[in-house]
Amino acid sequence: MDARESSGSAPAQKATRDMYLPPERKKIADGGTAHISAKEFSVYYGEFEAVKRVSADIMSKYVTAIIGPSGCGKSTFLRSINRMNDLISSCHTTGALLFDGQDVYGKFTDEVLLRKKVGMVFQKPNPFPKSIFDNIAYGPRLHGVNDKKKLMEIVERSLKKAAIWDEVCDRLDKNALGLSGGQQQRLCVARTLAVEPEVLLLDEPTSALDPKATAKIEDLIQELRGSYTIMIVTHNMQQASRVSDSTMFFYEGVLVEHASTAQLFTNPKDPMTEDYITGRFS
Amino acid sequence: MNIGTRKILDRSFTAVGIGSIVVMAVALMIVVVPIITNGIGAVFFTGTVEHRKMLFSEFKRGDTENLSSEVASSNRYRAKVYEMLTGFEAELEAMEPEKKVEFKGKYSEVRAALQALLGPFPGDPEPMLTRFKYGQTRWEKAEEKLHDLLYESKWDNSNPEVMAKEYFVSRAIGFQGTSLVKLFPYVKDNLDKMLIPEFTFYWGFITDSSVDSHFFGGIWPEIQGTFFLAFGAMLFAFPLGVVAAVYFTEYARPGFLNSMLRSANSTLAGVPSIVFGMFGLAFFINTMKVSESKSVIAGALTLAIMILPTIIRAAEEAILAVPKTYREASLSLGSTKWNTIATVILPAALPGIITGGIISLGRAAGETAPIIFTAAVSVGSAIGLADVLTSPTPALSWNIYNLASEHEAAAQIRHVQYGMVLALVSIVLMLNLSAIVLRARISKKLKG
Repeated sequence: MDARESSGSAPAQKATRDMYLPPERKKIADGGTAHISAKEFSVYYGEFEAVKRVSADIMSKYVTAIIGPSGCGKSTFLRSINRMNDLISSCHTTGALLFDGQDVYGKFTDEVLLRKKVGMVFQKPNPFPKSIFDNIAYGPRLHGVNDKKKLMEIVERSLKKAAIWDEVCDRLDKNALGLSGGQQQRLCVARTLAVEPEVLLLDEPTSALDPKATAKIEDLIQELRGSYTIMIVTHNMQQASRVSDSTMFFYEGVLVEHASTAQLFTNPKDPMTEDYITGRFS
Repeated sequence: MNIGTRKILDRSFTAVGIGSIVVMAVALMIVVVPIITNGIGAVFFTGTVEHRKMLFSEFKRGDTENLSSEVASSNRYRAKVYEMLTGFEAELEAMEPEKKVEFKGKYSEVRAALQALLGPFPGDPEPMLTRFKYGQTRWEKAEEKLHDLLYESKWDNSNPEVMAKEYFVSRAIGFQGTSLVKLFPYVKDNLDKMLIPEFTFYWGFITDSSVDSHFFGGIWPEIQGTFFLAFGAMLFAFPLGVVAAVYFTEYARPGFLNSMLRSANSTLAGVPSIVFGMFGLAFFINTMKVSESKSVIAGALTLAIMILPTIIRAAEEAILAVPKTYREASLSLGSTKWNTIATVILPAALPGIITGGIISLGRAAGETAPIIFTAAVSVGSAIGLADVLTSPTPALSWNIYNLASEHEAAAQIRHVQYGMVLALVSIVLMLNLSAIVLRARISKKLKG
């Protein structure tokens, strides 16, 4: 708690009002600035420390992959960025996690506004049991867009961005659960994009999909690269090396190594990273 | 355990399962078949000319010309009966006093049996109760009454070791040697001409009010009262129950108060319904004074309290069954908790919530005890929607009990009881069926 007070709150409180300004008024440098930064950031489930004093800067508009064996805290770290861990009552954090210079766990942070800016796609495709149109329009409607024409525009744009428009444009009024798993996952990406987030968190987005659908999601990430800050948790190291600019390797809650993907996969600094990426343990 | 034993065990479990289902099906048939066959008897039966007379004078229904020609033809045959009676009465006057006393008793029994069969004699004063104004309206009842006329019931008490046994003695033998002896074969042979039995479809059983406390007429006030009470109860219990379930599942923090509330809810579900009836009387009528005395609103509130735990349970389970991923998805898009509940969780839980609601509705419709002290009257006319705040109402569940046990002529109106039972069972069945259909429809819409 103390760590957060000292490191995070002084600039954070100053930035409170600026944080959710329209994007054009905000100075987001094109790559190279930290969009999200963790400082001595720990996440606890009750007594158990799932993420241990992680310090890292996630660069704006980068694709950052998070790899590591099961139970290493990578998903927990990802989910703490948009405060999805709030759903677990025993979960609490120490240290600071800054998003745009604002403490995510600060007193004045509105988690609803935060989640609008930090979208998330989950491991299992989870479209609502509604029509495809209503699925995409769900977010914009929440945030006050009710004009039918405008909603249609948003839906079309989001579906096109998620590269699924051609497959569903003639059945927008059909139930989304009728789509295939891969289509559902891309629909979920489109649903997240429809609220125009700045950050896209992907929590093992392809683990429930077949190779073909996985390839489509990877293509999609390539297309979105440069427009959003993307973080992807994955078990698949080939996938991490294919899609990401930088990679974080977690082991037992500790951030072992964080480097550019090229460097981490070809010339890891830490012997443990080398062991993991060469498949000596998993 | 070797594989053979396990297979045998597996098969025997299957056999036990199938066996229990068969036993249940048979038990269900044993209950349902008499309800249906007897209940239908209230609507489809062989009615006599007396039934048509009753319909005409009580409900102004029927064809005047047809009826008057029927009455005329039946009166031609009846005239001979009355002729015989007057003949015998004259003969009786001329008898020796001893014989006269003996025959007078027997004769008055015959007269009473004939009156029950054919209705009041011509020239008698108009009876006060409607039930005595007509003869037998149903042919199967007329046949019973004919038996009463032809045979005298006696009890054999000769052996004190065993229960007395009933046996029948022909009345004709008692009147041997008098002119009345001809009456019995005459009535027996000509009863169908005097009563003119005809297949009757009495749809009015559903839509008519009752006449002379269910002796004639239908059960509409009861059906309407049942609907008022059940839907009134739902009106209070359903929104309250769903809101409570949302609170329990989404907002309540685990703790002492929450666990107390939950166990209170479970306990409430197991409280006998008569206790709710007493509670309703004590709380809603005596303390809250929602009405002067029994009223539909007091009954509906009592039923609402009774079905509330069931609704809360069903809604809770339905809400908990909504996949966690929907909640995560909604929250991750920046929705508030309430938004998530209203736009994602409740719609997805709707099939379960509605099923629970309709099953509770069926229970409210069928429950007797809670309305005894709060809403139900045995005889009454249909009330308007404006009267629910002040008036009590007859209701199927209570009237079935009342007619079967409390009614002074319970044995004579069994068909009405069965008709009510069938009506109640059909209503509950229809409600449950609609729950199934509704659930299937919404689920289909949700699943795509």
